[in-house]
Formats: sequence, structure tokens, C-alpha cells
Amino acid sequence: MSVLALLLHAALMLAAAPLVVGLARRLKARLMGRQGPPVLQPVRDILRLCRKQPMMAEDASPLFRIVPFVQIGAIGAAALLVPSFTLGMLTAPLADLLAIGGLLAVARVALALAALDAGTAFGGIGASRAMMFGSFAEPALLLVILTLAVIGGGTNLVAIAAVLQGGPAVLRVSLGLALLALLAVALVENGRIPADNPATHLELTMVHEAMVLDYAGRDLALIELAGGLKLLVWLDLIATAFFPFGIGTAGAAGWVPGLAAWAVKVLVLTTGLAAMESAIAKMRVFRVPEFLGIALLLGLLAAVFLFLTQGFV
Amino acid sequence: MVSAVGIAWALAGLLGMPFAPAALPLGVPGLALTLAPDALSWFFLLILCIAATAASVFAISRPAAPRTLVPFPLFIAAMALTLLAGDAFTLLLGFEAMSVASWLLVLAEDREDANREAARQYLGFAAFSGICLIGAMFLLAHAGPSGVPALSFAALRAAPVEGWRGVAVLVLVLLGAGSKAGLVPLHGWLPRAHPAAPSHVSALMSGAMTKVALYVIIRVLFDLAGGPHPRWWGVPLLAMGAASAVLGGLRANTAPDMKSALACSTIEHVGLIAVGLGLALIARAADLPALAALALGAALLHALNHGVFKTLLFLCAGAVQQSAGSRMLDRLGGLIRRMPVTAACALMGAAALAALPPGPGFASEWLLFQALLAGLRTGGVPVQMLLAVIAALMALAVGLAAAAAVRLIGIAFLGRPRSPRAAAAEDAPLPARAAMAGLAGLCLVLGLLPGPVLQMIDPALRHLLGAGMGERAGWLVLSAQAGTAGYAALGIALLMALAGLGALWAARRFAVSGHRVAPAWGGGFMAPPPWLPFGDPATQPSAAGFSQPLRRALGAPLLSARETVSVPPPASPDPARHVAREADLLDAWLLAPLARLRDRAAGSADRLQFLTIRRSLAVMVGVLVVFLALLALLEEL
Repeated sequence: MSVLALLLHAALMLAAAPLVVGLARRLKARLMGRQGPPVLQPVRDILRLCRKQPMMAEDASPLFRIVPFVQIGAIGAAALLVPSFTLGMLTAPLADLLAIGGLLAVARVALALAALDAGTAFGGIGASRAMMFGSFAEPALLLVILTLAVIGGGTNLVAIAAVLQGGPAVLRVSLGLALLALLAVALVENGRIPADNPATHLELTMVHEAMVLDYAGRDLALIELAGGLKLLVWLDLIATAFFPFGIGTAGAAGWVPGLAAWAVKVLVLTTGLAAMESAIAKMRVFRVPEFLGIALLLGLLAAVFLFLTQGFV
Repeated sequence: MVSAVGIAWALAGLLGMPFAPAALPLGVPGLALTLAPDALSWFFLLILCIAATAASVFAISRPAAPRTLVPFPLFIAAMALTLLAGDAFTLLLGFEAMSVASWLLVLAEDREDANREAARQYLGFAAFSGICLIGAMFLLAHAGPSGVPALSFAALRAAPVEGWRGVAVLVLVLLGAGSKAGLVPLHGWLPRAHPAAPSHVSALMSGAMTKVALYVIIRVLFDLAGGPHPRWWGVPLLAMGAASAVLGGLRANTAPDMKSALACSTIEHVGLIAVGLGLALIARAADLPALAALALGAALLHALNHGVFKTLLFLCAGAVQQSAGSRMLDRLGGLIRRMPVTAACALMGAAALAALPPGPGFASEWLLFQALLAGLRTGGVPVQMLLAVIAALMALAVGLAAAAAVRLIGIAFLGRPRSPRAAAAEDAPLPARAAMAGLAGLCLVLGLLPGPVLQMIDPALRHLLGAGMGERAGWLVLSAQAGTAGYAALGIALLMALAGLGALWAARRFAVSGHRVAPAWGGGFMAPPPWLPFGDPATQPSAAGFSQPLRRALGAPLLSARETVSVPPPASPDPARHVAREADLLDAWLLAPLARLRDRAAGSADRLQFLTIRRSLAVMVGVLVVFLALLALLEEL
């Protein structure tokens, strides 16, 4: 049963990854008064890219060709760990929050290395900025994990979700603060506004786009897919850790309501993302550490509130 | 060669072969040197032997350097003596011999001014740490039964220190061994002295010598200083460790020189280990042996991992220096094509340095975070807040390490060559490649199987704390509490391989493959002149340019980093300049005043030479009287 759940989960994640990106784009365009591309556009892009011949810069090394697969490997592994509609997947014992964070770091480091591989100026700018964002996102993320782990009694995401599901439905201040911190980290990690603009091709403002500038064909398709998958992993992570309502536990009985709840949660979060992106402007690159500093403070506050209200036993 | 035998020996020791304390047939009369290794010694000896074997094999491929022939084996032997020592005197003898031998090795390439300067500074730090450690041992021994001070570890253990003596021992050991390990605020010499030595020596200094210093800290604080101490004993280690982790991580991002960046990263990792040690002290004081074992196990595992991957990275840097003629990042680039084996090994080491799963660094840092998390229950809200802040600082350090790893690999091995030597580099000779590949393979094993390694540490933990990791270190899964889910390195690796290979299969099956090679769009720069066949190096990101975001965001407060831009007046042919400066605050606050003090003291002492004969006689008589008075006073006491 758990194997079946894992297979279904993998298929769903893979299918939903480009759709989430497309949906966010579409909603954003509508909010700004434009028609916007169809929701299926990212899928079409990926299929079209697969039909094109991949290209490589003259000075790029074999590493450049391996990185897209490392990206998919790391983010795909994270996607297999984060639960969507049921907590009873085969990978549940492995779903450690720190390990998921580590896998996302693998993807970040691999892409930054690929960006430096072609020996162009843009790649270097993008890589150095992405690594700076990563350095500042890490402490905020860790404090959120710490808060969740204290509440859930360990760093296993599935166990935390189970505890939050089973416990009394109390609105906790520290969970709210941690949610805000995690949202800020998620925005930065996924290269969304206000940290980075996923739609930009202006040299001085781009971070993620600057790193993938030299990719083409199937490699770019893989990287786009990995980007969508990463966004979905983050949405799932937030949904599972903070809104674990409706996720089925072991057994197939909870699958259908779980699927419905999952779809609703992802839709709501994507809508929120689109609304937020169209409401605020992008920050200067050197403001992003301050943005993440606020996230860090929120995380610290969440932990302190927790310590004050709950004698940790 | 000898060290290969040493590995077997250390492994045998770890696996529980008895070894009777032995007296060496040399030493001061009445104070025979004794060896009394226990599980902790064996574990650290294993780290030493791995690093020493790799460094020795690597050294075969280096041009013969007569000046290192004597001090190098002496250095290894001294470290081994420190680890195996059975009494305080032998420990100090080994430690000091280690300092002297490594100083000679730092001085081996003394034609460069910077190296001589580094050696002089290192000697100062070594003398300081020696004085502190001798003081600490004196206090430990003095607490023993009256009469002739008994220096053997058994006697020191029998008489635990208490009160102000204990505090003094704590302070002196942290200063003495901490300065050798590179803990902030006594880290100033590492980024200078480690790069100055030949590469296989730097590898040992970073990979093994810092571990010997940590061994001394563990030996004294957990073993010799006796029973449970107040909880705050762990706090200095926590604070120094967190500060080292962040500062070292940041400086690893700004250092222009490959080996110097690696030395800074050593500061960072030693800091992480120190956090684990501090936490273990706190947990022991709170009478939570299981938690103490978790924290100490994490620290020891990280010590082993760091010993392996930092040795590997220093050897890679040595191979690069030998073949590309420089270790300045801005003179390298594109080496992955010319030196594929070295580059692959360096990638492995960098992944470990950045604590990427399923590499070795991640397992130990995962355990460390788990220990911090569990440590929240050792005290009230103040302790919890301290630990939360420490956790955030550690996470920052891990992020900084990832950035430093990307910079090291990306600037040195990827991109285009930045100098003709880099363009013509060749891969390292066979022994060097063998040494690096062996260490890289070991990294892989350590990363995928952290559980069995922890089982190896278990005897040491039981010996020091009375509790081990036991069930928590399984073959497949590490967990913070027995019976709960944890981190499964093999499982994570399997998932990654599954997803990556699945994507590879799909790409092969469904997508157009076969890469067309074309020039990259360089952002509209002018085509490079014909004498630059690898393109204009200035259009590539430089080492300083890569660190610019972090230097601006964190360097301004921590390293007083400043950037000045000077634009020449219109119509002037002078180039515009952008200069980035930074200085370690500790240098400015600690070393510069000391240097001024030294100069002033030397100046006033100099005046003594020019006294008239009457005055110099008066000075002599005065000194004699003072000494006699002092003697009389001591007699009274």
C-alpha cells in the first residue's frame, strides 16, 4: 500500500510541477489585467525544449551536462520525501526536515557550479548572489525547523504532521510566526518576487535566470521541470507542516479526501503567491539579506514564544 | 609507510585489543614517559594515521625537499606521542614537539617574506599555547596528593580539580589548546601559517594537528578535570565555537588564496566541533549521559570527517599549486579539463565541506543539530534561547561553507583558465592521485555509512561519559532517540540516484540529445585579442567578485570590509580602480596592540645598552636584591 501511495505521489508531483508554475503565471497576469499564457504553457515549453538540440558553451566541462540530472535527482528525492495526500508513504521514515533542506542545498550548489562552468560574467553574478541568499536563508529555515521539531518531537516531517493533526486545534502564536518566516524563505529559495523576478531577463536584476542562461534543449527542460518541482515541494512542505488537515494517514481510506485537500491547499497557496507577487515590487539584491534577516527574527521569535509558553520536556 | 602500519594498529586498538600502559625507556629521571592509550586516543590516532598516510603518499610525488625530511616524521611522531601519552609530562612534551616541528615545516619555504612572517607569528601563538597548557597541567597536578606531583593520568583523575582551580584549568586549556585548534579569538595564525607550509604539511596541520588540540581539550575537560562541573562550563566552548564557525565560514569566502580559504574553513569546522563539545559538557553537567553521548559522538564524527575531507582538499590544493604554479584563485580556472582526477576529488571534498547529503559532512552536522535540539531540555528559557541562537549561527556557518565550496571549485576548476600556467596544467602524478582518490573514496564511505563509524566511536563515548550511541547508530539509520526515524544516508542516496537516473533515461529516450558546442554569449564584451587564446580573464567572475555579495552583507560588520572606487578625471588615461579591503577585527584588536607593546618594550630595553657603567652596576645590584627578596618570600610561603 505504501509503495502504491509513493508511486501515485511521484506521478502527481511530476504532473503538477509545471502546472503550478503555469497557474501562478496565469493568475499573476490576470491580477495585473493581462490575459496571460495558458496554464499548460510550461508543459508545452518543456515538450518543445525536448525537441530542440541541447547546446554547450565551448569552455564548459562535462559537469555542465551532469548538473541538470543532479538537480532533478536532488529535488526529485526531496519531492519523494514530502508528503502530499497521505502520510503513509514508503519514504515516510526518511522524510527528515534537515535532509530535505540538505537536498535542496545540493540542487542550489549544483546549479551555482554549472553557472560558473561556462566562464561568463552572468553566471558568476547569479551564482554568487544565489549562494548569498542561501547562506542567509539557512538560519531562518533552521529556526523554523527547530520550532516545528520542538512541537512535533523530532525533525521527521511526517511525525510532525501526525502530531499536529492529532493534537487539539489550538492556534499557536509561534506556529504563525514560524509560518511567516518559512514563507519568506520559500519566496527567496524559489527565486520569486521580492528576492528575484522569475519573469525578468534584465541582466542586473536576475539571479536564477542568470545561472541557467547557457542551458538549452533538454537540459533547460530538466532545469525548468526541477524549478517547478522545487516550488511544489515548498508548497507541499508548508501545507504539510502548517496545515496538515485532511492528509490521510496509513491506509487507502483517506486517499480521496487527502487528494482533495491537497489540491485545495496547493491552489490556495499558489493563488496567494500570485497575489503577493503582483502586489509588491522586487527588492534590490542587497536588501534581500535584510528581508531574510526579518525572517530569521521571526523564526527566533517563534522559538522564544514556544520556550516561554511550553516548558520543553 | 610507518603510518600505514599505524592505521592497522589504531583500528586494532579501537576494536578492543588490550594495551598495557608502557613506560618509554627515556625521559627525565623519576619521570619516565608513559603511554596509556584508551579508546579516545585510538580514535584520534586513527584520524592522524589516515591523514598522515595520505600526506606521506602525496609527498612522494613532490620534488625532494631536504628541509622537510627530518621535521615531517618528527611532526607525525610528536602528534602520535601526544595522543598516546599516559601522563601530563608526555602529553606536553608531544604537544611542544609538535609545535616546534610544525614551525620548522612552516619555515621550510622561507624565501618568501610572507612565510617568514607567518612562521614568526605562529611561533608566538605556539609559545602562548604552550605556556597556557603547562599552567593547566600544573594546576591539575597540584591538586593531587601533596609531595611529589604525580603526573600520570590515573593520578590526575583520582584528584579532580574544584573551585577556582577548575575554572583556571578550563580557561587555560581553552586558551592553550584552543589557540592550536584555531578557535576564535585565537585563530589569527591559521590563515597565514597553514598556507605557508608545503601542501602535504598544511594538510596534516589542518586535518590532524587541530584534531590533536581538540583531543587535548576533550582529554582534560572530560577526563582529567574530573567530575560533573557546573553547567556554564560548556558555555565558553559553545560561544567560541559558534563565533569560529561564522567568522571562519565568512573568511573562507573572502580569502584570495586557495589554501588560505581552506585554513579559514578549518576554523569554521573546528568551531562546529567545539559547539558539540560544549553541548556535551552541558549535558553531562545536567546528568543526561545519553544526550552528552549524542553531542560528543557528533563532535567526534565531525572531527573524523573533517580530518579526512580537509586533508583531501589541501592535497588537491597542493596538486593544483604544483601543476598550475599558483594557489591564488585569480590565477587558476578551467582546471577540470586539464586535471580531471584532482577536480573530481576536490568536488568530493567540497561536497563534504558544504555538508551536502549524502556526503560525510551532512551526517555529523545532522547529529549536531539533533544534539542542539535535544539540548533544549537541559535548562530553562535562557539556555534554550542561547541554544536557538547557536543553532541559527551554525546554520549560517553551514550556508557560508556551501558558498565557500562553490567559490573554491567554481573559480579554480571551472570556467576558463586565467593564466597561461593554468591553461597548461597537467594532472598530478600517480602517487598524489592515489592519495587523493583514496581519501575521496573514504569520504564516500564515511558519508554513506555514518552508523558503523559511530559504532567505532562508541567505546570512547562509554569511557568518557558512561553512555554510548548504542542503538541510535544503526547500519542504515542514524537517529536522535532510539527507535525513532532519523537520517538514512543510503536511503537518501538511493532516492537521488533513482530520480537522477530516471531523468537520464527519460532524457535519452524522449528528448533530442547530442550537444552542439558553441561559444557562450559573453555579455557583449569585445572579442579577446589573439594573444589571449582562452578569452579575456577579466570578463570572467573573479575570486573577489564572487565574494562581493557576502562581503557587502556580512563583511562590513565582521571584517570591517570597505570598498573604495577611484575614478580618474575625464581625459585621463589612468584606469579606474575598485579596491576592496578587509581586516580581521581580531588582528586589529589583539595582535596590533601586542605588536605595539612589544616594540615599546624592545625600545625601552634598548636604552639599557647605553647606560653609564655606574648606572648599569646599579641596575644589576637592584635586580639581584629583588630576586633575593623574591626568594625569601617564596621560602616563607
